Amino acid sequence: MSEWSKALGTFEREGDKASGGNRGLQIEEPLLFEQNKPGRSGVDLPEPPATADRLGGARRAAPIGLPGLSEPQVVRHFTRLSQKNYAIDTGLYPLGSCTMKHNPRLNEKLARLPGFADLHPLQPVSTVQGALELIDTLAHWLKRLTGMPAVAMSPAAGAHGELCGMMCIRAALDARGEQRNRVLVPESAHGTNPATAAECGFTIDPIPANERGRVDLAALKAKLGPDVAAIMLTNPNTCGLFEDEIVAIGEAVHQAGAYFYCDGANFNAIVGRVRPADLGIDCMHINLHKTFSTPHGGGGPGAGPLVLAASLAPFAPLPWIVHDTKGFRLVEQAEGAAAQALGRLKGNHGQMGMFVRALAYMMSHGADGLRQVSGDAVLNANYLLARLAGELTPSFPGPTMHEVLFDDRFLDGTGVTTLDFAKALIDEGYHPMTMYFPLVVHGALLMEPTETESRASLDGFVAAVKRLAQHARSGDAAFFHAAPRLTPRRRLDETAAARKPVLRWRPAPATREAAE
Amino acid sequence: MRYLPLTETDRRAMLEAIGAESVDALFRDVPRAAYLKSPVDLPRVQGEIEVERALQRMAAKNLSAGAAASFLGAGVYRHHIPASVDHLIQRGEFLTSYTPYQPEIAQGTLQALFEFQTQVALITGMEVANASMYDGASAAAEAVLMANRLTRRHKAILAGDLHPHYREVAQTHARFAGFAIDARDPDPRAGEDLAPLIDSETSCVVVQNPGFFGHVRDFAALAEACHRKGALLVVVVTEAVSLGLVKPPGEMGADIVAAEGQSLGNALNFGGPHVGLFATREKFVRQMPGRLAGETVDVEGRRGWVLTLSTREQHIRREKATSNICTNAGLCALAFTIHLALLGEAGFTRLARINHAKAVELADRLAALSGVSVVNDTFFNEFTLRLPCPAAAVVERLAARGVLAGVPASRLHPGRKDLADLLLVAATELTTEDDMTLLTTTLGEALS
Repeated sequence: MSEWSKALGTFEREGDKASGGNRGLQIEEPLLFEQNKPGRSGVDLPEPPATADRLGGARRAAPIGLPGLSEPQVVRHFTRLSQKNYAIDTGLYPLGSCTMKHNPRLNEKLARLPGFADLHPLQPVSTVQGALELIDTLAHWLKRLTGMPAVAMSPAAGAHGELCGMMCIRAALDARGEQRNRVLVPESAHGTNPATAAECGFTIDPIPANERGRVDLAALKAKLGPDVAAIMLTNPNTCGLFEDEIVAIGEAVHQAGAYFYCDGANFNAIVGRVRPADLGIDCMHINLHKTFSTPHGGGGPGAGPLVLAASLAPFAPLPWIVHDTKGFRLVEQAEGAAAQALGRLKGNHGQMGMFVRALAYMMSHGADGLRQVSGDAVLNANYLLARLAGELTPSFPGPTMHEVLFDDRFLDGTGVTTLDFAKALIDEGYHPMTMYFPLVVHGALLMEPTETESRASLDGFVAAVKRLAQHARSGDAAFFHAAPRLTPRRRLDETAAARKPVLRWRPAPATREAAE
Repeated sequence: MRYLPLTETDRRAMLEAIGAESVDALFRDVPRAAYLKSPVDLPRVQGEIEVERALQRMAAKNLSAGAAASFLGAGVYRHHIPASVDHLIQRGEFLTSYTPYQPEIAQGTLQALFEFQTQVALITGMEVANASMYDGASAAAEAVLMANRLTRRHKAILAGDLHPHYREVAQTHARFAGFAIDARDPDPRAGEDLAPLIDSETSCVVVQNPGFFGHVRDFAALAEACHRKGALLVVVVTEAVSLGLVKPPGEMGADIVAAEGQSLGNALNFGGPHVGLFATREKFVRQMPGRLAGETVDVEGRRGWVLTLSTREQHIRREKATSNICTNAGLCALAFTIHLALLGEAGFTRLARINHAKAVELADRLAALSGVSVVNDTFFNEFTLRLPCPAAAVVERLAARGVLAGVPASRLHPGRKDLADLLLVAATELTTEDDMTLLTTTLGEALS
């Protein structure tokens, strides 16, 4: 009998294939491919006239193997799948560094206006003046909020914005005729930073953190030299801390002839209160899906515009949007003022759907509201720190910024790991915090509550975390090792998944033979 | 402010619990000179009514494709999206969740990604596919990078009828990653034989099917030529619906397929967000970029899904990762999956046949206009017209009459005088009889 059945006192149902193991709202849902009836479709389309094709013999001969389902089956399938997901809409999602804040539905509505959603990117520019105006307005807000004079709008996500920034830096160095190949990256950086620098042909030189969780300025200075192209620094950093020596860092980097790239993943902590331009930053990407609340969508789409100082602006990728007496126009070729543009990073003009949502969010808050956003985000994180400090082990003293970092010292000797603790939190009804990142502390637990949580919501979370911490210290490690218990699936075997990867559905061998 | 739950009383009580005097005091690590004392110079808080009004004003300045007779394609296609697609992707459990790092409470997203990967593998005729890329153009660039890694060679040959945006994105990566690109001249007749160009330095040949100018071809012979010389064949598809009727790249011997999936489930969105599809052979999977959902079991032996092979990825491998990609196009991939699930085998292949039939009819009607000829001998749902004059001016004139006549080749290949008279025209299941008549009439008038 499964542990589930035992726990709930339900009768044994093994062998009952037809009902498939459903329990309450936890419905077992087969794959689409297992619900196939050939010939069935959820879309009614007229059969086209039979005419001779113009495919030159390159016509598909064999069936594809797609399953046939009706509309009610498809709607039920995906509704059931959705019910197996945790989401911001269902609860506190304190995934550090990911900024899981409320996604306003007004933004969804506006992004779907036909005047934005039903525009083809290659329509005559005269027919899309309002769309270009929207992008230009968003660019204006981003420039005002960062104090930077230019912004590249096309990057499709944070890592793409990083790539854009490092390419701009490489292009600027090329223009200066300098071969600099080393990029300094703090040990606490997101993995995208070193991966991005490597994609631009740079070598990565890690800089250690000091005992305060910030960049070690002396170590940084020792590493600077004529072959250093840039530093990639996240601020506030991934420990949730503001780099308080950032101005000195920028000065040292510039003195060495290098550029200062800032990873703006945590811009939500300082928006409306600090302009990156005032910190000596040369370029910074902004995750619209974090700071400006475009939905995360289960892993995108995002958008990662890059704000640029005047020294890097000429290298911004195409297209550029220019406003002159004739209205807005798109510069799509590297010529004229854009002669030094580094080229194109993606198809078309950027993530328009995300631009509409982000601008609607910014306009809703306004300059005063955005200042309140960062204030409340930081207040909520510090409240978690204050309430949990006695129970967990904070890695660094406060104040912290928008997120708070704990390590696993509070679990010493309990036989419970950070992973076990996180899985137990799931049974308490919460999405876990980010685990084992950043790498600069042992067994990291990084919590980011965001400004859209109420005090009552934070108090509930604090109570659950405290209860679990106390239970861990009571010696009941087995309780944690068995978690989670109340989820559609319990702990999944990730090692087996990687050892023999099954990355797609295939018909069972018997069926395949029958079909042949 | 409607998105902020904290009241002033809450804030005071919380500051007291923290032991801080004010919210400003929590920012004490910020250098004083850089800490703003008041909001930046931008408008203040607004209600839904005001924001909606302001954005509607901007939207109203645009001519939406649905309000015109539209024949635009060139890598972005206007198809019908069944109502249930948008309903389902707006469920908060999909919309407001993130990358499924905690598989026990993300089985919905993971199973949908596994279904997406299977669908992409099936329609491209490949063995495996990843969980999506930003778009087709960035997927193609990643395909070239992957081919370079697999072959340890550093030159990619790009066919002349590869979409110019795809070519430009690959060139950008080449410049910064330090590899060579042999980008062939635009080839409206799709006549160039690329096989003789492959040498011992060539990592891959990148072709597009249907090509930028619309031609449909079988690349089996080119695939063989690539493989004989140790190079890979990358096939780009910018119109995913074509895979319902055209021989899939996998059957032609493609090693990597990089495609744009916008045509299924995703609106035009003025060019983004769209969804990149990426498929390859099983033996190459460990060099693949991007996320992968894989099947496994839980401690009770029940089937479930996890993100897998993450030792390829940046959050584990850092500078040695196969790509820096993190956030991809999850929700657009979900829309793709739902649309293709609704269509099924019968609907998808019929949709492709309808697209082709409409294009055949339209091509024949336009070819009958005096001075106009169809460049293509083969095509799927888009073809190239040669006009007796520069196409861009004609398109402008027709737009003023509510007809989006197509994409002038000069929009994407400016400076090529030999292409100035070419116009790319696409038809889909949304193209009506009236649309065709309107285009034929207005184009005839504009040319006379």
